Amino acid sequence: MSDAGNETPVFEVRKLRFRYEGAARPALDEVSLQVAAGDLYAIIGPNGSGKSTLLKLLLGALKPDGGDVFYSGRRVAEWSRRALAQRIGVVPQGEEMAFPITVREMVAMGRYPHLGVLGRAGPEDRDAIEEAMGRCDVVELAERPMSRLSGGERQRALIARALAQRPATLVLDEPTVSLDIRHEMEIFELLAEVTARDRVTVVLVTHHLNLAARYADRLLLLDRGTPAAEGAPAEVLSRETIEHVYQWAVMVGAHPGPGPDTGAPQITPLAGQSG
Amino acid sequence: MTARNALRLLSLALLLAAALVASIAFGAAELPLRAVIDALSGGGEETTRIIVVNLRLPRAVLAALVGGALGLAGAVFQALLRNPLAEPYVLGVSGGAAVGAVAAVVLGWNLRAPWSLPLTALSGALFAIILVLRIAARAARGFDTRVLLLAGVVVGAFFHAVILLLLTFATAEAYRSAGFWMMGSFAAADWSAALLLVAYLAPAMAVLLMMARPLNLLAVGEETALYLGTRVERVKLASYLIASLLVAAGVAVSGVIGFVGLIVPHAVRLMWGSDHQLLLPASLLAGGGFLLVADTVARTVAAPAELPVGVVTALVGVPLFIVLLTRRAV
Repeated sequence: MSDAGNETPVFEVRKLRFRYEGAARPALDEVSLQVAAGDLYAIIGPNGSGKSTLLKLLLGALKPDGGDVFYSGRRVAEWSRRALAQRIGVVPQGEEMAFPITVREMVAMGRYPHLGVLGRAGPEDRDAIEEAMGRCDVVELAERPMSRLSGGERQRALIARALAQRPATLVLDEPTVSLDIRHEMEIFELLAEVTARDRVTVVLVTHHLNLAARYADRLLLLDRGTPAAEGAPAEVLSRETIEHVYQWAVMVGAHPGPGPDTGAPQITPLAGQSG
Repeated sequence: MTARNALRLLSLALLLAAALVASIAFGAAELPLRAVIDALSGGGEETTRIIVVNLRLPRAVLAALVGGALGLAGAVFQALLRNPLAEPYVLGVSGGAAVGAVAAVVLGWNLRAPWSLPLTALSGALFAIILVLRIAARAARGFDTRVLLLAGVVVGAFFHAVILLLLTFATAEAYRSAGFWMMGSFAAADWSAALLLVAYLAPAMAVLLMMARPLNLLAVGEETALYLGTRVERVKLASYLIASLLVAAGVAVSGVIGFVGLIVPHAVRLMWGSDHQLLLPASLLAGGGFLLVADTVARTVAAPAELPVGVVTALVGVPLFIVLLTRRAV
């Protein structure tokens, strides 16, 4: 966790408002947040609470109707797309590829922001690609078409592409969706390592409250477009808050250990009841 | 560009050069290879030189240029529309051009002034490009390629109805020459058409070839393209306009030649993958070579009669493509 209070936040959001065209209510209303350098920051909340919309606004893919989004102290809209891409690696939610490409080709695209239009890939680019594939354990899959990967392999390849960018910030939209426990754990372990070893700041959207509680430094809990709670996992994941936001009865315990995350809050939804 | 890809492009370029020489050697007057090469280097007999330099060479060059333009435009449209069925004519450019050309034929303009047909065809194509763009821009905020595809397809269908309407009132002679134009032909090729096309195609191709990386990203997804530093709207608009103009120029000088722009990029993909840094130049070279061979077949196989080259591209291209597809699918 970052303790440098006077450092410029990686992302800063002030009173953000956004409404999709034709929607009855805003997708996001009065959302503010700060992501400190080196933190693993998780955005959680029920379906339709505005998590992915918030990520798109952070990344400048959507334009806010009100409020401001800053990256490294500068408005996101003022950054050139290329300069942002040299700093932020993104793993978006499942995109359908139009044509078959191999894992290596996919990962190599992570170097594009550094190469420009006609620049040739040099040794540094090749190193970044190999290193990223190694860290995400996709070296053996390098020549495989993306379309023939399992869900876990595919996610690892996309994370490898983002790491090949050698980013200062990594943003992921539900990176562990539909993965089994080993693959989930591998991805969260990798993210934890990336923050600890490379001091990369990670922002992710996830439905995994328990994994978010164990790995994230800070959480933002969204409820229908507004922040229900923000802070350290133990502050955000109280029984009252979770029951109110998710409309389901839960029990909040503590991770019994062993491990570095012993004591992290763990949520168990209760059977045979509802909100 | 890796050494392997450079070698692949070099081999395609050599094939194209060989096709060029062969295409010049075949014809009503068969010329020995030696005589062709002599004539190309400025020597040899006078008559041979005239046949080669004034008749066969401009036609061969034009066929290669148009084929290259179609191959390249097909690859660009497939990436832009994220649709493997996309081809250079899918957005109505050929429909607009055909309306212009058929109008010129039906009204008899082309008999009085031969240059009027390419001009009306080009005008029709440009009209179609702008119309489709306007409709797409009205229907959706930003530049939505799904809406663009729909707009292009319906505009094309409308133009085809207009063509049929025009042909209803055509004389038998006009009907025949309009039909021939719509199946494509290089019979009217000369140096001025070839030079005009070079002047136009060279910069268009250069710009498209520079968009290889953005097109790689677009083929993965617009969100990914944005996050990897692409100005998505600009790339989409530029590639649509430049590729469409490339098609418009080709259609104006040689009519509607089907299948080249659909099959060539897919054939390259099946052999060498979908990286546009290789796919675009390879589609350019392979499209040029393919159309050159098709045109040579079209003008020699039933000599002295000429087949429409569009018939040959389909009759030869489709079986070849099916072989490639089924061999690769295993």
